[in-house]
Amino acid sequence: MAATLDSTPALDAPRTPRRAPVRRSNFELYSWLFMRLSGLALVVLVLGHLFIMNILDGGVHRINFAFVAGRWASPFWQFWDLSMLWLAMLHGANGLRTVINDYARRDASRFWLKILLYTATVLTIALGSFVIFTFDPNIGN
Amino acid sequence: MTATVEKAPTAGSRGSQPPVPEGATTITVKIRRFNPETDTEPCWESFDVPALPTDRVLNLLHYVKWYLDGTLTFRRSCAHGICGSDAMRINGVNRLACKVLVKDLLAGAGKHTTITVEPIKGLPVHKDLLVDMEPFFEAYRAVKPFLITSGNEPTRERIQSAADRERFDDTTKCILCAACTTSCPVFWSEQRYFGPAAIVNAHRFIFDSRDEGAEERLDILNDVDGVWRCRTTFNCTDACPRGIQVTKAIQEVKRALLFRRV
Repeated sequence: MAATLDSTPALDAPRTPRRAPVRRSNFELYSWLFMRLSGLALVVLVLGHLFIMNILDGGVHRINFAFVAGRWASPFWQFWDLSMLWLAMLHGANGLRTVINDYARRDASRFWLKILLYTATVLTIALGSFVIFTFDPNIGN
Repeated sequence: MTATVEKAPTAGSRGSQPPVPEGATTITVKIRRFNPETDTEPCWESFDVPALPTDRVLNLLHYVKWYLDGTLTFRRSCAHGICGSDAMRINGVNRLACKVLVKDLLAGAGKHTTITVEPIKGLPVHKDLLVDMEPFFEAYRAVKPFLITSGNEPTRERIQSAADRERFDDTTKCILCAACTTSCPVFWSEQRYFGPAAIVNAHRFIFDSRDEGAEERLDILNDVDGVWRCRTTFNCTDACPRGIQVTKAIQEVKRALLFRRV
């Protein structure tokens, strides 16, 4: 702070040729937009999921291996669960990234927290996708 | 006549206290004080001040400085809500000391009133209520708050329609008091964030039909420390002593970035 105290404002001299604006990355813009859109999608996906799993005929008591196997036999539910997994993980990870950016004070803690976050995200997405794609209903036989 | 030098630490800068006006009540002004030469940590100090309901908080600070403790340090210039020098945290919210009336802060009937005054948050404190405004102005300069045009200077006035003027009318009111930026929780924890005031002043030029630097400014704000950092807490809108719809202005900049249209 002290270094900036006495510095003169960095203003261009009159009639300096203007540089074309540096095209910065749009990453923050897209991540902001993604949060809004994935949030909207997740409202439908997650509430639908909770309704089917916990309320609709019998609710949580009818869930067993056969029920899951039956659902995942249909590409529709596979797609539903896959998009829910990806959107929820990316949405949550992006939110936590924002929280880390806001609250981690030191660069080192920021770096390691993000490494931890990204590792956990990638592992969870990979494992979840793996299960959905390779699910074998005859696994017990 | 011999001049006597008073060296008592608690003496005001204008000598003895004036007579208490009729109708005044004694209220306690609790000030967050810090003297870099003697203190390691800021601490609270309370003063009992006679106040009229029509007094402003600035009057109370003057009373403390002039008659109780001349070492109290704070900024003020015009004292009429125009210069933006005396932004401070009054009872926990950012306000201009010259625009807050005592009658609005009085406790209920029969109760003793205590008013707390702190320096605005998120900027380094130099002394008492005086903060280093340089990080704030650095962000302000970074958005290029001046008219950017190309080509030859016109020989006539740059004409603008009333409708075009209306688009950025709200953000022309900014007096750079820093009440908004230092009320922003994002700014408290991350001073690299441009802050509401810088975005308001970028908005003032981005949406000006006579200006040609909109792309440049939008690119500056399209950053991890730019508008995307705003969490729409609305603290800035509540804090603005000029009633600027600060959060709305920030959202308009976001929209301009999103659709690449000003």
